[in-house]
Amino acid sequence: MTSSVANHLTSHESIGAAIHAAKARGEPAIVAFMTAGFPSPAHFQEDLRQVAAAADVVEIGVPFTDPMADGMTIQRASHVALTQGVSLSWILSQLTSMTPRPKAPLLLMSYLNPLLAFGLDRLPKAAREAGVSGFIVPDLPFEESTEMRAALTAEGVGLVQMVSPVTPTERLRTLCAAGQGFIYAVTMTGTTGKNVAVPDEVIEYLDRVSASATVPVCAGFGIRDRQQVLRLKEHVSGVVVGSALVEVLERRDDPAAFIRSLRGQ
Amino acid sequence: MAAIFELGEAASLMSREVAGDFPDARGRFGPYGGRYVPETLVPAHERLEAGVKRWLRDPQFVAELDDQLATWAGRPTALTYAPSLSSRWGAEIYLKREDLAHTGAHKINNAIGQALLAKRLGAKRIVAETGAGQHGVATAAACARLGLPCTVYMGAIDCERQAPNVGRMKLLGATVVPVTNGDQTLRSAIDEAMRDWVSDPTDTYYLLGSAVGPHPYPYLVRELQSVIGRESKTQMMRQTGGLPNAVFACVGGGSNSIGMFYPFVPDRAVELIGLEAGGRGAALGDNSATLTLGRPGVLQGSYSMLLQDADGQIQETHSVSAGLDYPGVGPEHSLLMSIGRVRYESATDDEALEALSECGRQEGILSAIETAHAFVGARRYAATHPGSKILVCLSGRGDKDMPTLQKTLLKGQL
Ligand SMILES: Cc1ncc(COP(=O)(O)O)c(C=O)c1O
Repeated sequence: MTSSVANHLTSHESIGAAIHAAKARGEPAIVAFMTAGFPSPAHFQEDLRQVAAAADVVEIGVPFTDPMADGMTIQRASHVALTQGVSLSWILSQLTSMTPRPKAPLLLMSYLNPLLAFGLDRLPKAAREAGVSGFIVPDLPFEESTEMRAALTAEGVGLVQMVSPVTPTERLRTLCAAGQGFIYAVTMTGTTGKNVAVPDEVIEYLDRVSASATVPVCAGFGIRDRQQVLRLKEHVSGVVVGSALVEVLERRDDPAAFIRSLRGQ
Repeated sequence: MAAIFELGEAASLMSREVAGDFPDARGRFGPYGGRYVPETLVPAHERLEAGVKRWLRDPQFVAELDDQLATWAGRPTALTYAPSLSSRWGAEIYLKREDLAHTGAHKINNAIGQALLAKRLGAKRIVAETGAGQHGVATAAACARLGLPCTVYMGAIDCERQAPNVGRMKLLGATVVPVTNGDQTLRSAIDEAMRDWVSDPTDTYYLLGSAVGPHPYPYLVRELQSVIGRESKTQMMRQTGGLPNAVFACVGGGSNSIGMFYPFVPDRAVELIGLEAGGRGAALGDNSATLTLGRPGVLQGSYSMLLQDADGQIQETHSVSAGLDYPGVGPEHSLLMSIGRVRYESATDDEALEALSECGRQEGILSAIETAHAFVGARRYAATHPGSKILVCLSGRGDKDMPTLQKTLLKGQL
């Protein structure tokens, strides 16, 4: 996608456009998750540059003391980032000062309390100015999200809706209708990071989500290798890769090579 | 969502609280409460909410719960006049003896009630968190009684300082999982129990131990613990001919206190005072005085007062008592404070330990360190209100605290 196309879109529409563009090339989009400032705040901008050059969308994790939806890898990354002074304000200022800005659309993944502490009045504008197109807030269910969604949308920033294999059909329709950017379809009950084999009923569920959604559907939680991407390929528009990429960054391996390997390159 | 309201708004919230309107349909106590959980747990909370509506007032359920409370848990618990403390403090002191309830604290009221509910909802296993270990022991006992498998998460620091309770849980057939991530106390134990539940939201029932968390837990726990306040009112009337001037309870997550206070909320002449853990002092990280020193925010499913830094990160807390060592508090307490119906103060570690010792020597009751914070409040009040009639919620007994007491009050003595 060229930047002239992106200019005609509101910020959160650029997320869907980037996912569609990848899909048009014949591969699911790669939505790459990294915890901001992990393993080292000094390397954040460089890590992000490398990840954003290879991925279609980047999800930047805002560390939180109580990441209750996350498994061991992201808990540890969050903890290390916090002890090194990473905060939402720091992340936004790092993004604002990056030149050139990453081309891939950026999302922030944050638990609710750091966003409330920053202030819902200031957040949407600060996010837009930092080049953030959307938010994923794992402890903000649809019923509690009205205020946040309205505040973000006023600045063109989207709120990504999560759905789960246990979400009842009726509710799934409501959530899919509300989603902006993409629908984040959690592949399993449980926390992030576990390797999942993607059983048939998960495929059926992803097909149900895709049938209801008006924005692209991305599957996430437990995606680690090409094998899983191939299995999901016909059923979703993209995959979210989190803990596995965080582990690559922690080992100081090449994140771009890992992302290419998910595409079979 | 300001913490302090305009006078008119506070008055209208007060009349709604007195009328029993809270939580409202969205699980709110005024601005506080709500349900902030991952999507995977939303259907489980909706089922729980429906189950609470269906069963809590069901005559057969109520009869079964009352029978368990009377014949197994040892209710009603006694109301004890404390003659020696009364003469030393210059007031009339009455103690509501939750330490005499089965397993040694008020926690059993909630545990057996929720375990009965879990059975009705078809749960195949129970998970719980515990701080002091009292909720863990109560849950283990209730699950053993009803034939439900039980796993209890407990911070590694708490496993050490409340070691006797770890053994008790095991003997009652529970699996105890020490939590070594996060702050290794109650907060990490709740995070870990939630992670367990999110992995199996359909067959697992999360038996939460205090009046905290997402809706409907703060309501459910209040309803199950209100037996403390109801019995106390009846006993005060019968034994003393009238209501007390002031009622004291310690506040961790806020379950013994809400259970004691709630039935007194409409009795506006009765002062209600909650005591938080003042720890080593007022600096961030040195205490667990959430209501006295916190700001509103969202932790573990609910919007309430919270000890947090400027970035919204949750603060490490400190208290000599594991059961009060928690950076959050139940949302109804945030409401009761902001409308001025309950006053919240704090007692330091040293004040609490001294009060524990005084009650032990004077009345022959060794209380939990949590409870001792409430004695400190009562003694202060007596000093400025001589001759008044004071009711204290003696939330639990101190046997579990021996490892801590050996290192503090008994240091160098054995
Ligand atoms: C004896 C006793 N009192 C008080 C508490 C504090 O909890 P809550 O504020 O929920 O009553 C505990 C918690 O473990 C306890 O064991």
